[in-house]
Amino acid sequence: MSAHERISAAIRAANANGEPALVAYLTAGFPSRARFRSDLRRIAAAADVVEIGVPFTDPMADGVTIQRSSHAALEQGVSLRWILAELEAILPRLATPLLLMSYLNPLLAFGIESLAVAAERAGVAGFIVPDLPFDEGDAMHAALTARGLGLVQMVTPVTSEERLVRICARGQGFIYAVTVTGITGRNTGVPADVTGYLDTVRRHAHVPVCAGFGIRGREQLTQLRGHVDGVVIGSALVELLEQGGDPVEWLQSLRNGRRP
Amino acid sequence: MSTNSDALQALIAGRFPDEHGRFGAFGGRYVPETLIPALERLAEGVRVHLHDTEFRQALGSELATWVGRPTALTYAGRLSAEWGAHIWLKREDLAHTGAHKINNALGQALLAQRLGARRIVAETGAGQHGVASAAACARLGLPCTVYMGAIDMERQAPNVGRMRLLGAQVVPVTGGDRTLRAAIDEALRDWVSDPLGTYYLLGSAVGPHPYPYLVRELQAVIGREARAQFQETAGRLPDAVIACVGGGSNAIGMFHAFVPDRGVEIIGIEAGGRGAMLGGNAATLSFGRPGVLHGSYSMLLQDADGQIQETHSVSAGLDYPGVGPEHALLAQTGRVRYATAGDEESLAAVRALCELEGILPALESAHALAGARHWARAHAGGTVVVCLSGRGDKDMPTFQQTLLAERP
Repeated sequence: MSAHERISAAIRAANANGEPALVAYLTAGFPSRARFRSDLRRIAAAADVVEIGVPFTDPMADGVTIQRSSHAALEQGVSLRWILAELEAILPRLATPLLLMSYLNPLLAFGIESLAVAAERAGVAGFIVPDLPFDEGDAMHAALTARGLGLVQMVTPVTSEERLVRICARGQGFIYAVTVTGITGRNTGVPADVTGYLDTVRRHAHVPVCAGFGIRGREQLTQLRGHVDGVVIGSALVELLEQGGDPVEWLQSLRNGRRP
Repeated sequence: MSTNSDALQALIAGRFPDEHGRFGAFGGRYVPETLIPALERLAEGVRVHLHDTEFRQALGSELATWVGRPTALTYAGRLSAEWGAHIWLKREDLAHTGAHKINNALGQALLAQRLGARRIVAETGAGQHGVASAAACARLGLPCTVYMGAIDMERQAPNVGRMRLLGAQVVPVTGGDRTLRAAIDEALRDWVSDPLGTYYLLGSAVGPHPYPYLVRELQAVIGREARAQFQETAGRLPDAVIACVGGGSNAIGMFHAFVPDRGVEIIGIEAGGRGAMLGGNAATLSFGRPGVLHGSYSMLLQDADGQIQETHSVSAGLDYPGVGPEHALLAQTGRVRYATAGDEESLAAVRALCELEGILPALESAHALAGARHWARAHAGGTVVVCLSGRGDKDMPTFQQTLLAERP
């Protein structure tokens, strides 16, 4: 099984009982660089897939929470090179598949070919690149696929069905279905009419579909149950870490429906 | 024939941007998926309207009767005597709202109206694009929100008041570097939230396709007029044309008509700031490397990890770590030479133009003048047309702390 197939398998296994799988986001080195590996281990134990954010100076698709965590991580000198070295040092490898979420420029600066090699060595299963739309992604897709790594594709409620079909055909790991037209971290939840769109995405996708943006808690999980295979939890988890909360307890409470 | 010469031929033949929105290797469309339908709709709107007779007539009429085009071409006689070459000024400072920015803002606002936009968002650095957008939106009855970095709001305070008087909502950007770059990030975030009802009126020849093309087409009037005016007066073409380059909209507008004229030397002047050290300037083509920022692949000031560098320039309008993709191609082909002018020599050029010609230039345009002074030293008796992209009233807070502070 290739690395990106492991992502799909982990989501499917978690979703077998109908509950959405949990894809948890963590900005690398936030709240502290020294805690990165232990935070990651704990979150990986409670989530089904972990998305590790590579901080960037200009995160244009992100709201204030992830802007703040990215800025704090950069202030501490966190870089893609450092993240990959930290991941490589985790032995034995975590059972939970790991994804890197990065804007394109840090990846280009690293070099796409060497990135694929270094990411494979570090146990990374795939990438999410929010400013690399489907049409511009050929070189990245080819470099990652050559190493068995996945490039997760994003779709949104304004993506036309014709384009959705083409994007889904290229899907690896999972399809990241953005629930709102907007940035991450808005405290507005998920629009009530989003389920029809998610059903359409699911009809075209041959990999699992995970909804992201606006997933704040149990309420959205209940709302989306049966319409997605998993959910991505980003800003809400970053805020919990900012406030010194316990991510493991919180993720578990999401899963079993008990309030923490 | 070399690749670069092929690329230049293709550019002159109008084959760039190509069907992928690229100028050679540069350009493209690197944005979140949410913006793709909006960009496709904009590209379609550009294709349908921009060269359509009705649109050209509406734009032409507004440019003539509201903006005040054509702007003058002024011979700077006393400055020429002082600097040793014949210096002509393309007077974009005389355009309505005081800079070339109005050419683009008006054109895009007219386009937004035809695309059924409910509101306009814009970013601004020096405030000139914000003022131009606010004015164009007022003229057309469109609501306008302008994002402006907190640092720029301080150093360009007069323009903040102007925008508000013109009915725009000015939103301070306190995140990121608190200058133009952060303002673009924030405008993009706004646009992502309502990609089909909001029109993003981008102010420079940067960003995802079709913006670099659209902005160039709307600014190309500068060079077309200057070329015709000079030819009518002198019966030939100038030896050189010079413009300042931040994102590069006045420069691409000035250069476009002259690119096929192989005998005309074309020079772009970037902000040399305090010097060549990292973070000391905003001279992207001089010191940058290729990368992706704000939706296009172009040259960028960045560190080894691909993080965008903080920049410095005394001029807010040039204080930007990226540059338009067409400039990146023009630099690569060698058709345009890009050089720098620093803070001090640009301030000196402001003083010279004030004292010798009775014109207060914008600090951005003063960089082009400082570049012309260098050129004049090497080409005594030559003839150069400088794009005087804007007037300097907005820079009074900076002049108070520099040129005026030096005097009793």
